[in-house]
Amino acid sequence: MGLVAAELERRGITTVSIQLLREVAEKVHPPRALFVPFKHGYPLGAPNDPSRQHKVIEAALRLLEDASLTPPALVDYRE
Amino acid sequence: MGDLNEFSLPLRLFLKAYPWRRIDPVPWTPLGKPLSRCKLALVSSAGFVMPDQPPFDEAFKGGDPSFREIPSDADVSKLRESHRSEAFDHSGMQADPNLAFPIDRVRELAARGRIGGVNRRHLSCMGSITAPGRLVTQTAPAAAQRLVEDAVDVALLVPV
Repeated sequence: MGLVAAELERRGITTVSIQLLREVAEKVHPPRALFVPFKHGYPLGAPNDPSRQHKVIEAALRLLEDASLTPPALVDYRE
Repeated sequence: MGDLNEFSLPLRLFLKAYPWRRIDPVPWTPLGKPLSRCKLALVSSAGFVMPDQPPFDEAFKGGDPSFREIPSDADVSKLRESHRSEAFDHSGMQADPNLAFPIDRVRELAARGRIGGVNRRHLSCMGSITAPGRLVTQTAPAAAQRLVEDAVDVALLVPV
């Protein structure tokens, strides 16, 4: 997904990626990534839990807005 | 916790040894306007397809690098999840595709003005692609072009 994010950024689209494996993000360097402490298959936390899903998405949106970040930006999500 | 210890020893060893492609230099597009005026598109690598779309090709060596378009008004309950990996639990996103393709959530964000709008289409691809050459040179640029044509401002990428 980092490779797709990079292509979008090159084309002028601002991206943020949810990231489940810190090791991978540290190797691949996606432009903006929110590292979440969830198991694989559960990137937004829990099924049928809109409130929890919104909290993760909101944290990702804040990375888009944070003008202090520099690439590659890997930020931990804290519940 | 999303870490390597979730996986079997052979898969852990594969992931440790896999020659991940480092993005260098890292491209960077700062947000050009408030999110409340931005059009958002989703990109999911859970392998979701619509009922009328062809499935991803499981026989494709190294992983099918194609993309499917998911329309913005898609009924999330109709999406079929087809991620090729059996190394993790698929039941959550089968019960609620929003877990990995949060189309209902982004529609709610647009309705309350947190984002400016939801693009008319979104991108779905297969994850765990071990031979990403064609993805990098052909299918990802072609998929990105569709979002450029739609004047998308921001993209949320959700792997599984």
